[in-house]
Formats: sequence, C-alpha cells, structure tokens
Amino acid sequence: MNKRKLQNFFGTGILGLALLITFGFLLIFLIRMFWMGYGVLSWEFISSAPRKGMTEGGIFPAIVGTFWLTTLAIVIALPLGVFTAIYLTSYGKPMWIVKIVKIAINTLAGTPSIIYGLFGMAVFVSLFGFDISILSGSLTLAILALPMIINATEEALRSVPRDFHDASLALGATKRQTIMRVMLPTALPNILTGTIISIGRIAGETAPIMFTAATFYSRLLPKSWNDEVMALPYHIYALMTEGTHSESQVPIAYGTALVLLLMVLSISAVAIYTRYAIRRKRKW
Amino acid sequence: MVNTRIQTQDLNLWFGNQQVLHNVNIPIYDRMVTAIIGPSGCGKSTLLRCFNRMNDLIPETRIEGKISLGDMDLYSPKTDVTQVRAKVGMVFQKPNPFPKSIYNNVAFGMVVQGKYSKCEIHIRVEESLRAAWLWEEVKDRLHSPAMALSGGQQQRLCIARALANNPEVLLLDEPTSALDPQSTAKIEELCLELKKSVSILIVTHNIAQAGRISDYTAFMYLGQLVEFDITEKVFTVPADKRTEAYLTGVFG
Repeated sequence: MNKRKLQNFFGTGILGLALLITFGFLLIFLIRMFWMGYGVLSWEFISSAPRKGMTEGGIFPAIVGTFWLTTLAIVIALPLGVFTAIYLTSYGKPMWIVKIVKIAINTLAGTPSIIYGLFGMAVFVSLFGFDISILSGSLTLAILALPMIINATEEALRSVPRDFHDASLALGATKRQTIMRVMLPTALPNILTGTIISIGRIAGETAPIMFTAATFYSRLLPKSWNDEVMALPYHIYALMTEGTHSESQVPIAYGTALVLLLMVLSISAVAIYTRYAIRRKRKW
Repeated sequence: MVNTRIQTQDLNLWFGNQQVLHNVNIPIYDRMVTAIIGPSGCGKSTLLRCFNRMNDLIPETRIEGKISLGDMDLYSPKTDVTQVRAKVGMVFQKPNPFPKSIYNNVAFGMVVQGKYSKCEIHIRVEESLRAAWLWEEVKDRLHSPAMALSGGQQQRLCIARALANNPEVLLLDEPTSALDPQSTAKIEELCLELKKSVSILIVTHNIAQAGRISDYTAFMYLGQLVEFDITEKVFTVPADKRTEAYLTGVFG
C-alpha cells in the first residue's frame, strides 16, 4: 500500500471512529433509559398521582404541569418572537440598533438556563408578585424560548425568495400586506419547525422552573395559573436528590425520564415530519 | 394619432454616487408596444422600474426630474405608491407566481386594494385569465398551486395577475428570457393582442423580438436615451451611429 492510500485509510478510520463513539454513547444512553424505566411504565403510572412519599403511584400531576408550563410559554413567546423577527428583518432601522438587539438575542441564547431561573425568581416571583406559579414558570420559559423562536423566524423570513416580495409590492400591496399575505405564509412551515423544536427544548428544562413554578410534591392538579405545579424534569431531579427511599424512587425517576424523553422525541418527530411534508410540496 | 400615456422629463437617477440614468426624456404612447433595447448595464431595466417606482426599494436611490402618468406625477410626495403600482403593472424576468393557488395569484392585487367585492374579483379573475390566454388551460384547476404550471404558463399567469388590477401601462422586464421558444412566441403574440387595451413597455435583449412586436423602439446606451422612434425607422434608418452598430451586432 502506498502512502496516500494509507493516509486515506487512517483518515476515514478516524472519521468512522468518531461517528461510532458518538452513536455508541447515544445508544447506550437510550438502552439504559429503556431498561431502567420500562419496568415502571404502566397506565397507572401515567394517569395517577404519586403516593406514599413518592415511592409509589404515578406522575400524572407532573405531566399536566409540564403540559401547561410549555403551552403557556409558547403562547407567550410565539407572537413576541415572530413580531420581533419581523421588525428586525423588515423594519429594523437604524442598523446599529438592529445589530445591538441581535447581539442581545444571541447572548440570551447562550445564557445558562439556571440564570433564567434566577431572573424569573427575582422578577416574576418577587418583583411582580406572581409567586411560585405556572405563570412565573411559563414567563421564564418563554424568555428562554424567545431567542430560538426569533432566530428561526428571522431565518425563515430571509429564506423567502425576493421575487415573492417584489411581485407583491409591484401589484400595489403595502409593506404590511406583503409581510402578512406573502412573507409570513411562505415562511410559516419553517417558523413552525423552529417553534416545535423550542417546545421540545423548554419541556425538558429544569433550572428555569426550579425557583419559579415547580413544586416537590402535589397530589392535586393546578386549578389556575397562580398555582404551583409538579413538572416532569423537576420531578426527576427531586426523586434523585431529595428522596429517602432510593430503592423504590430511582426506578420511578427513570420511568419519568423515559416519559419525558418520549414526549420530547414525539414533538421532534412532528417537527421533522412537518418539514418533510412541506419541502416535498413546495419547489422554488 | 397617438396619445402619450407616460412622459418623463429630464429624468436622472443615481444609485449611491453612480449615475445610472442621464437626462432621459421618453414618451410611452397609448395602446402601443414600446421596446427598450441596449447592451447590458445600459440602464434599460432601471428606467423601466422608474415607472412603477420599484427602484424605491433599492437603498440610496436618488431620482431627479419628473414622470407623469396622465395628470398624475409619479414621484410627487402626495402620490400613493401603491396606486402607482396598481396603475402600472409589471411582469418580471423570471416567472414569479406566489406559492398560492392560481385563483389567489390573480386575485391578489384586487384583494390587497380592498375595494372590490368577492363577486367582482371572481369576474375579473376569469377576465384576466382569458386576456392572458390562460383560461382554457387552467379553468378546471383554478385552486391548484400555481407553482405546478409550466414556465410559460407561469409567466402568462403573472401577466394575468398584473392585468387584474386593470392597469394603464404594463411593464415587461425581459419577460421571455427564461422561457423556451414556443412559450416566447405565445407571449409575443399575446403582447400584440394586449396592446389594444393597455400600453406596453418591454425591455428586451432580443433585438429580433423588439422588431417583431414593438411599434416604437428606444435604444439606450450608458444610461442615455440615444434614439427613440418608430420601430421600422430605428431598424432601417437609425439616426445614430451607435444604434446602427448595436443593431448590426458590432457590440452588445
């Protein structure tokens, strides 16, 4: 074998090895999760409240809590994020303000989520007096989701062909009409994909809700957005760190993790499918 | 007897510091096809885009002089630019239908004007598609996506879409340069039919095309209007040496 062939052989070898290691870890992780969590999964586990100091029973209140926290957060973040992105792409003037806002957004995107938790506690819980509640938690999660939604929307709007924009204006549409009737509908699939990905992300966050919404244990379901709630990620954290009967609580923690994982995976699957369905339908 | 539909007076245009149009005075006559020809970069598309103020979209554009459409001063601060664009329709080089249904593409202009009833829109959509010779091909699938049409059909859809606003002038910016010869021939024939009801201004790289369909021809060079006259005259006895050189293929 000559030298170049040898280089080639080792080169591809290293690439393959990197892939194998990455994929291997993922596989081990998934298998372990299923192995440990599968045993506790049952209808009762998903549909009932925890019992006996969280050593028995299910995680229903945590599922409901995560559902409300996530839904409310997206309801708040989606319009805010989309409007911000529209302003940045279509109206932003002067340029230096746009640039500063973008730097701020990207900094936000890179901020550790525990900082959001502290911010939420300081502002929503204390300053605004929302207490530890679904509202405080959702607002905190919304701020976490904002940079993701803004960036996805901006990207989506910028990828709308210039032709559509020009055609609309040339037909006598105003700028606002062009955005509402041409730009947004065309960009919508990509905006939705970005949103769904951010749903998956915030559903799994623990730190932002730790001080703002989540409660250690509650047999009752929340009645309004002023109530504190159980949430899946925080439930795992609580089971693993604060329990006194680890032999019965650890399997429940794995079961909860598995439920959360399946939830996030199915949300991502919806995102991937949406993108696929729309890419197939549109050609330009 | 010819009536003037659009008249420019000493039109000068700059992109930043670069002057693109120099003292252009050109009339667009009513119910005539006027062709603008000239080598690449001579400012012919820029001139075309002055008539529906699409150059407004390019940052740092400065314009001097006057363009009047009837008694409307296109660049007066009082003029509503959306009205200008409804009166002066435009078809682009590359067919650019919206990713909407055929029907919604044609109805778009009327919908955004907001002054037509559903019934009026319905009638105008059919009229416009008929006028653009597309009706027979699409009447059974008005609600299917416009993107599924062929290139030539898409371009005729864009013409129908512009016609739906009932424009006084139709601007065509190299409308056939992305099309096959058959579709090109169809659009050329269509122009001859449309000029009975609307003034047409067409920018083209294809000298033969200008000869086939236009009544008047303008030759532009380096941002100046070198020659403007009846097409036959420009093509047979050009007044300017540069026009003759361009037409005979010495440069271009």
